[in-house]
Amino acid sequence: MTRRLSGFPASIQRGFRRNVHRAAAAGLLAAALAIPGTAALIAAPAMAQETPVRGGVLNSIVQPEPPTLMLGLNQQGPTQTVAGKIYQGLLTYDRKLNPLPSLAESWTVSPDGLTYTFKLFQNVKWHDGKPFSANDVVFSTSKFLMEVHPRARAAFSRCESIKALDDHTVEFKLKEPFPAFIQAFEVSSAPIVPAHIYEGSDYRANPANNTPIGTGPFKLKEWVKGSYIQLVRNEDYYKKDLPYLDGITFRVIPDAASRSLALESGQVQQTQYSDLEPFEVPRMKTLPNVTLTTAGYEFVAPMAWLEINHRVKPLDDKRFRKAIAYAIDRKFIRDKIWFGLGRVPTGPINSVVKFYDPKVTTYEPNLDKAKALLDEMGLKPDGKGVRATVKLMPMPYGETWTRLGEYLKQALGKVGVSVVLESTDAAGWAQRVANWDYEITTNFLYQYGDPALGVARTYISSNIRKGVLFTNTMGYSNPKVDELFDQASRENDPAKRQEQYSEVQRILSDDLPVVWLLEMEFPTFLDKRVKNANTTAIGVNDTYESVWLAK
Amino acid sequence: MLGFAQLFASRLVKAAAILIAIVVMNFFLVHAAPGDPATVMAGEAGAADEKFVTQLREQFGLDRPLYEQLGTYIGKVVQGDLGFSYRQQRPVWDILAERLPATLVLTLTAFILALAAGVALGTLAAVTVGTWADSAITVVALLAYATPIYWIGLMLSLLFSIQLGWLPAFGYETIGAGYTGLAHVADVAVHLILPVITLALFYMAGYARLTRASMLEVRSLDFVKTAKAKGLTQGRIVTRHVLRNAILPVITVAGIQAGQLVGGSILIETVFAWPGIGRLAFEAVLQRDYQVLLGIFLVTSVMVILFNILTDILYGLVDPRIQVSQ
Repeated sequence: MTRRLSGFPASIQRGFRRNVHRAAAAGLLAAALAIPGTAALIAAPAMAQETPVRGGVLNSIVQPEPPTLMLGLNQQGPTQTVAGKIYQGLLTYDRKLNPLPSLAESWTVSPDGLTYTFKLFQNVKWHDGKPFSANDVVFSTSKFLMEVHPRARAAFSRCESIKALDDHTVEFKLKEPFPAFIQAFEVSSAPIVPAHIYEGSDYRANPANNTPIGTGPFKLKEWVKGSYIQLVRNEDYYKKDLPYLDGITFRVIPDAASRSLALESGQVQQTQYSDLEPFEVPRMKTLPNVTLTTAGYEFVAPMAWLEINHRVKPLDDKRFRKAIAYAIDRKFIRDKIWFGLGRVPTGPINSVVKFYDPKVTTYEPNLDKAKALLDEMGLKPDGKGVRATVKLMPMPYGETWTRLGEYLKQALGKVGVSVVLESTDAAGWAQRVANWDYEITTNFLYQYGDPALGVARTYISSNIRKGVLFTNTMGYSNPKVDELFDQASRENDPAKRQEQYSEVQRILSDDLPVVWLLEMEFPTFLDKRVKNANTTAIGVNDTYESVWLAK
Repeated sequence: MLGFAQLFASRLVKAAAILIAIVVMNFFLVHAAPGDPATVMAGEAGAADEKFVTQLREQFGLDRPLYEQLGTYIGKVVQGDLGFSYRQQRPVWDILAERLPATLVLTLTAFILALAAGVALGTLAAVTVGTWADSAITVVALLAYATPIYWIGLMLSLLFSIQLGWLPAFGYETIGAGYTGLAHVADVAVHLILPVITLALFYMAGYARLTRASMLEVRSLDFVKTAKAKGLTQGRIVTRHVLRNAILPVITVAGIQAGQLVGGSILIETVFAWPGIGRLAFEAVLQRDYQVLLGIFLVTSVMVILFNILTDILYGLVDPRIQVSQ
């Protein structure tokens, strides 16, 4: 009795396990010699297998274990990955962030950009058998999410009215144009929850939160806290013959090294987000049974930066921030700390997000320029070569961020900026950053498909709010930036919007309110037998209705 | 017998006082850490606004003054209610009860194994002192004691799960297998082997060293010579005379460790993804899940106090010369 890989014959598993190391070596050899025939050889049987087959259980990892799977109440990353199979939003998005149907079959936007009308799929049922209707959408967006979900609250508070025109049609009327609105219907941004369970109840205390009822292709069967979450096929799913999988099991594996072992041994067939430490990725990439992709994170489009408190001298001086930017080699960070995962950023908007513009001030590593800027500020080196001392509190989100902190200390030391590293845990970090009690920290934020949803919040002065995380915690303020973000968020004409966003990117890249470090990419490892997974911009958080396992 | 009952009663009264002090101290200790559950949850959500954090604080009762929160907590604890984890939306008792079986089966098995093997190896080493067997046991014990426990765990897992494929690398049971009865027991037992060995190795090393040292000391005492002179067999001298007298320090240490059994082992549970209380405590610290953390502290304290009393009673049984005195 050893571990079990549901859906695969035991003999394959055993042979597979034994051969992992030998085959890894062989794969490496083949790659090194670039044998031309190999690719064709591998492709041929794959082609023959392209008709989806029903059955099998996909095993993956959930880490850290979420407190709840009620997606409306908790939008932690792992919650999204698991609950994205149970709940659905009205839309999902392709890799270019264009909307695709999910609970909504079709939709129209009026030419003035004020009225959004969604036609919902027929015959959709909640997991408890009750029919789903437009009323659920109206309840979710106008009441439930408005009460408990910060991002949804920001989007739907722009509505003048949300109405059900009939059982399968919902109409959102906006107070003023907000073209980013179409990006606000992804499953974690606006999960649709059952009105018949939540209407009139205390949402957070509702006992049903422990037994989530959604419309998705998978239902929660069992959650053994600390061990695993088991989802099974929703037999009443509204799309005929879907889903293909019998179920999905998410295992709770708290230790990073053990998570790597789980993938290596074939015990799990998928890992996502930060399941594996970046330094494990080069080794895992060589395993013969898995493929690595960094696609599927376009919707979150994380951007990592050095967050600088403008209330502390000399950090309030943009020359100082520029000196920091020149002192840091961001290619080194990408290649040596993130092991090649991610892209070197140019400005505030991630290059996979709409309205990105590369024509901005950029900062190549240049120690002389850095020193010149510090000289210009009058920060001369003292006897020990120190021009200024700053405190850096690395984000306590794992080994990689600690390594980044150590690199930054070295890099800034080279231009005479002495760095004192401060350590903290997640709760302490959140508390201190939210209350502006820091000098420099590392941070990353998701951009949610549109600058109006995920970028503006960091830089506009109306979002300087003490005690609230993920706001303009630096205290940066530039009236022109405020004005441009405001105009662009209301501009219906994409060309004009692009102009406004381009200008704001140019201003920000010169003001340098934060020092952008990395357009982060997460590694998704998929077993080669897993097909059709990770096809949209929300990747592993999507429903997995058409994912199937090759025999 | 009256003396015994009196002792027991007075110890219980003292224990209650200590327990209340522990609860109060722990309460202030956990609240002294920066951040609270609301900030943690806001951090995890990736987006936040004032309303979100305020709502959570109100719901968790964190908007009340600290002394009021303490009063509420003690009031509940006295009634046997460990409170409610708002993060997990469940009573703390339920959460602990869910983790307790996995914790106990791991720590208790490891404890018994470590104690038995440790005392046996220590005795063997003492009896064969100066020979290769003694040296081998001493070296192994030293290595097991000095090597980081998580490293041993990972290496065992690498060897027996990945290379040889004999044992599951982690987890408590086979997911979705739906075993019942004996099949379930066998399934858990197979998953138990690696974590138990890893944990037991560490404790065993301590017991072995302690037993050996203590036995060597007792062996040279006069009554052992007398026993030898009486013509008793070597085996009888070792078990009845030397070991029985040498075991007291082992019982002391074992008593302290037994009290901590319910606390689980953070490292072992993390490496082997074992759903025990150690991991629960660690996660509760990171998430500032005050109620869960205080609950674990309380249950562990109670166990430590109980085992201390038990150890005292055990002394008297092993060595009747130790009398109850007031």
